[in-house]
Amino acid sequence: MQHYSIFSLARNALSGHQKWSRAWRSPELKKRYDVIIIGAGGHGLATAWYLAENHGITNIAVLERGWLGGGNIARNTVTIRSNYMRDESIPFYVKSVSLYEGLTKELNYNLMYSKRSMIDVVQTYPRLREIKRRMFNMDLYGATYQQISVEELRRRIPALTGGGPESRLPIIAGMVHTDAAVCRHDAVAWSYARAADDRGVEIHQNTEVTRLVRNGRNGEITGVETNRGTIHAKKVAVVVSGHTTTITDTIGLKLPVKSFNLTAFVSEPVKPVIDVVVNCPDMGVYLSQSDKGELVIGGAPDPGQSFRRDIKQNVFEDTVCSLLELFPAFKRLKLMRQWGGALDIAHDASPIVSGTDIPGLYISAGWWGGFKAVPAGGYTLAHLIATNQPHPLIAPFSLNRFDKLNFILESGTTTAR
Amino acid sequence: MLNIPCPYCGNRNESEFIHGGPAKAARPEDLAEIPDADWVHYLTVPRNVVGPINEFWWHVKGCGKWFTLTRNTLTHEINDSGQGCTDGD
Repeated sequence: MQHYSIFSLARNALSGHQKWSRAWRSPELKKRYDVIIIGAGGHGLATAWYLAENHGITNIAVLERGWLGGGNIARNTVTIRSNYMRDESIPFYVKSVSLYEGLTKELNYNLMYSKRSMIDVVQTYPRLREIKRRMFNMDLYGATYQQISVEELRRRIPALTGGGPESRLPIIAGMVHTDAAVCRHDAVAWSYARAADDRGVEIHQNTEVTRLVRNGRNGEITGVETNRGTIHAKKVAVVVSGHTTTITDTIGLKLPVKSFNLTAFVSEPVKPVIDVVVNCPDMGVYLSQSDKGELVIGGAPDPGQSFRRDIKQNVFEDTVCSLLELFPAFKRLKLMRQWGGALDIAHDASPIVSGTDIPGLYISAGWWGGFKAVPAGGYTLAHLIATNQPHPLIAPFSLNRFDKLNFILESGTTTAR
Repeated sequence: MLNIPCPYCGNRNESEFIHGGPAKAARPEDLAEIPDADWVHYLTVPRNVVGPINEFWWHVKGCGKWFTLTRNTLTHEINDSGQGCTDGD
């Protein structure tokens, strides 16, 4: 692997940037692998890397229907945080945040990781109660969450001029989560892909899995059928976000998940105006400012099940209206781009990282807000695939929790709004 | 924005409605008899396909009626009101 540094940058600048080596190969598709990972997104590529790095398994094919990192890893609002509610969730996301912090060094790839507080703008007392309950829980696990006054809130976010005493929902408090961060989403996919490829992992783009294949006798998974032929492996991991059921339906495995469309959009670039991640749960809008100066704005999901990747006009308008309630000055901004992704969410709004009744088949699904979970999701799924035992951090997120109706009802996700 | 056929008011704008979640098959009556797995399936597993699904809508800013319709999860095409596709295939 070509090492990236200030010196390699200078050397390649002298040769006109014509001599950079490719970040990953495009190898021939083999007939058999030890592990097949369906989906070259953040979670899939992270799983491949940790399988290679932590468990020494490198005969892996990562199969991607479209292009590497073109799914939800490119369709999010790049927020990394750990302000969750449940005892099961908080340690997992704390782990993910800590893995993210070391990732640029670990993978020799600049993620443009930028730590900045996330501040909740609280406008109702029930919301304040819920968030404070999260605060007390998070205290137990070393994640930070602190209440601040309205004056302090407005000092930290000067652009927040709406929500005054005259408004329909006056702001009553702020909550600061100092562990939050943003980073470059493409770099997450590309860095894991490059590092995993260097260890021998094969990434096959434009390779669509059409069906899972089982052994007729003992029901074990034997491989997958793709548009490029059948590929065999004893272990197959489905890491495809919103299309999980599209894959698992092919062998009749029914999962407690629904797919939804979650969207975001960006404004034209402006000078630095917001230096934190602002979350307004009562209005259903959240935003941050990118390094380029664009405001990255997200809102509530389209309420009905959906596999679409665009944005619905009324969802878009609702989000803009909510934004302007609190940031009336942004009325003058032009909006440049919008995007959406299909995500799946489990019955209890917590993720599913689990083996299944089908030997050799693993599922990583229900990642509502999966960007922040990429490192820990890959880390723990790799552990599960390699050892067939769930990592302690994801043991509660197994599929069989539903058999006993042991729901982990999560309130720290956007759907909970 | 969807154009939703309310059985009482006719086609109305989506902004007048609240989505009521997936419409399921009838709740099993013989709970003591059926296997646990069937009960868990009924409680937690919705139909989640690229294609038609049944769902509830509430015409909250209109006549107030609750009704079921069939909507395609990829095209948003609404087929008809009240008929529905086969659940739980």
